[in-house]
Amino acid sequence: MSHHIVETRALSYAYPDGQQALQNLNFSIHHGQSVGVIGSNGAGKSTLLLHLNGVLKPTAGEVRIGDFPVCKATLTEVRRTVGLVFQDPDDQLFMPTVYDDVAFGPINMGLPAAEVNALVVHALATVGAGYLAQRPPYRLSGGEKRAVAIAAVLAMSPSILVMDEPSAGLDPAARRRLINLLKGFNHTKIIATHDLDLVLDLCSRVLVMREGSIEADGSPEAIFADAELLERCHLELPLSLQRR
Amino acid sequence: MHMADALLSPAVGVTFWLASGTALAWSARKVRHDDRAHLVPLMGVLGAFVFAAMMINFTIPGTGSSGHIGGGLLLSILLGPHAALIVIASVLTVQALFFADGGILALGANIFNVGVCTCLVAYPLLYRPLLAFAGASPSPRRLGAITVLAAVVGLQLGALGVVTETQLSGISSLPLNTFLLLMQPIHLAIGLVEGVASAALILFMRQARPDLFATSVLASPVAPKRAPFPTRLIAGLGVLALLVAGVFSWFASVQPDGLQWSITRTTGHPELQTTESALHASLSAVQKKLALFVNYKFTLDAKPGTPDIATRSGADKVAKQVWPAVDAGTSLAGIIGGAATLTLVMGLGYLLRRRKARAAL
Amino acid sequence: MSSINTALRDFDSLDALATRPTRLSAIDPRAKILATLGFIITVVSFDRYVVAALLPFALFPVAMAGLGEISLRMIARKLLIASPFAVMVGLFNPWLDQKPVLQLLGYPIAGGWVSFASILIRFCLTVAAALVLVASTGFHQVCVGLRRLGLPQVFTTQLLFLHRYALVLAGEAGRMSLARELRSGSRGALPLAVFGSLLGHLLLRAMERAQRIYQAMVARGFDGELRSRQVLAWRGRDSLFLLVCWGGFLLARQLDVTHLLGLLLLGHLS
Repeated sequence: MSHHIVETRALSYAYPDGQQALQNLNFSIHHGQSVGVIGSNGAGKSTLLLHLNGVLKPTAGEVRIGDFPVCKATLTEVRRTVGLVFQDPDDQLFMPTVYDDVAFGPINMGLPAAEVNALVVHALATVGAGYLAQRPPYRLSGGEKRAVAIAAVLAMSPSILVMDEPSAGLDPAARRRLINLLKGFNHTKIIATHDLDLVLDLCSRVLVMREGSIEADGSPEAIFADAELLERCHLELPLSLQRR
Repeated sequence: MHMADALLSPAVGVTFWLASGTALAWSARKVRHDDRAHLVPLMGVLGAFVFAAMMINFTIPGTGSSGHIGGGLLLSILLGPHAALIVIASVLTVQALFFADGGILALGANIFNVGVCTCLVAYPLLYRPLLAFAGASPSPRRLGAITVLAAVVGLQLGALGVVTETQLSGISSLPLNTFLLLMQPIHLAIGLVEGVASAALILFMRQARPDLFATSVLASPVAPKRAPFPTRLIAGLGVLALLVAGVFSWFASVQPDGLQWSITRTTGHPELQTTESALHASLSAVQKKLALFVNYKFTLDAKPGTPDIATRSGADKVAKQVWPAVDAGTSLAGIIGGAATLTLVMGLGYLLRRRKARAAL
Repeated sequence: MSSINTALRDFDSLDALATRPTRLSAIDPRAKILATLGFIITVVSFDRYVVAALLPFALFPVAMAGLGEISLRMIARKLLIASPFAVMVGLFNPWLDQKPVLQLLGYPIAGGWVSFASILIRFCLTVAAALVLVASTGFHQVCVGLRRLGLPQVFTTQLLFLHRYALVLAGEAGRMSLARELRSGSRGALPLAVFGSLLGHLLLRAMERAQRIYQAMVARGFDGELRSRQVLAWRGRDSLFLLVCWGGFLLARQLDVTHLLGLLLLGHLS
């Protein structure tokens, strides 16, 4: 029996100036699922993701991770379980070297130096960035930054990986490497993206968002077959499905 | 423009290092612990902002020259005085290390001039108290006026700092009055623009992203519940008064020759016929005290062979002295020795590279 | 603005030099910092009219550059760019101090020129020493060294973050500035209104970025305390390095090496 790992109940969120960003979201994601969250700009994808590890607090409703609610008391545990990779790698690589960035999470968890080292080496090897360990982050290419940002999150051994626009700004080769990398992960994956072809390649389930609510929730085949839905949500077919 | 090591004596440099170092250590202690997590990235990014902003010049209206902002007041408003001092110090350090803008020994003095004068004097003693008296949400004009005043005072103090440090070091022969004449007016103009720019930025921030502004450590000022005894304001106004009196009296008195010369040229009389007024009397009393201080200091510091900067007669006296024990033979040895030293040094440097290159092969 | 871009390139390249393994990189950064400090203090301790005795001090930055494999031409170029201020204030000296203080091949030289030359030499020496320190040690290591020498952690953390994001923000500023330039046809200083608006947006973006970085930091368990894993070990060779440097500075301060060398060459030393 698969138990719910990520669940929202009537999740709502309004910005400080009153604008409603999320309205009454209800869904549950099971262990090992690979979910794509798609929608136009401003639909609320990023805002939703920020709720999944407690960066943002709902104004109504709740988020549950692995059967306990996300609240002040459980934040540390939640952040260990849910690894969030942000949109701009420059915002996540703030230490002097790549090694320091990847070690940041494990060090904060209070692990001893030897174990930290092992985790860092393993994480960098997983993303294929071992050779970058001593490099300062501002000397990395876009693809390298993305890889290191993912490694920095992997080093905390999360069971759930949440990613915001992971393929944005990547050249085709780097993008392919990223997709292959993600294919090899056993983690539960929640990916917000405009890259509909990546969703086709990676995801077994798709959540379509529009104006802060979930417009549709189903398999990629079902979603992309619904032309009216796509139009309503300002989306298109993935390029690989479009006829020339 | 910041102080360079070349114009500083070790005594002055170390003294100001101690002063700034103490201020930094104290501020580090006072930076709010409960908000440390928020402050780390905010201070870093705002420091980077000031750094980047310093590279963009604006035209100073009416003068045809350009300047850039210092950022001390803006940072104090966004971060609080202690965090702001640390940020300014970090920006100055990077400028000194990477761009040779200001020396390492002079860093202490620069942190004092640009950081301490703005963040620990102008901000807490002028800006905050005045703003508290201005009410819960002051009008843009009032906010602008207060910001400009605080910026001008902060920069004038900083400029005075530069002048003082240079004079006390005694390496530059620039006379005090000329230096002041150069520094103070220029920094007045820069201070005005910095105040206007800072006010504009704060108002922009408050209006565009009030939520971001609220999360900054020091948000918009709150009206005091009861009118507090304005100790800080009085101290601040006292500083202002000293500044005005000091600078003006310097201009009025320490440059008797220049003034006399210009008076003679314009009126044909060596001195202006003035009527004794109460203001004149009190000003000259202040001036006498300050002039004594200046003369006292420089008479103490004057070494044989260095011109006495304070008075013209002093310079004449000293001019009669000759550099001790210099003759043709000695100076020739100096020249040849100098050339030989340079050659040796360059040669050694070249050899070191050659060895490394050979080792690498 | 091209000036921003050149500044950025310099910023990046200077630090990149330090990541190579050289003989100098094996020395503890604290030793290098202390040696540079000692150097600067010794150089500025000379009297204002001293010129020749300062010259042997050039050995320190030159030797450090050699050991650290740093191009002297690059240092010289930076010196040139940074020289205006010292020149500006020192420039008055020859005009104000006109009494001759020494004779050069029969011609009297005014004190002002001598002190001006002294200022310029001091400037080259001290600035070169600072540049070589950063280029040979790297900014990160310098910060670690400063921390271990006792500077407050809030300050050294701030230095690291500033360094990290200065390039990012300067890049943004440069792009906004370029965009403005392309749409206004004028280069150089901005009129006040445009300046305010440009900077306003830059500040806004900076604060939003700070917010995002904060979110990324807490997402990885940050609680306000930046824990470093840097371990510095002071070894015998670091003590030796420091002693040699300080000893050399002291010696050159007390003896006028240039003068002695000149006398030696002239055959007057018996």
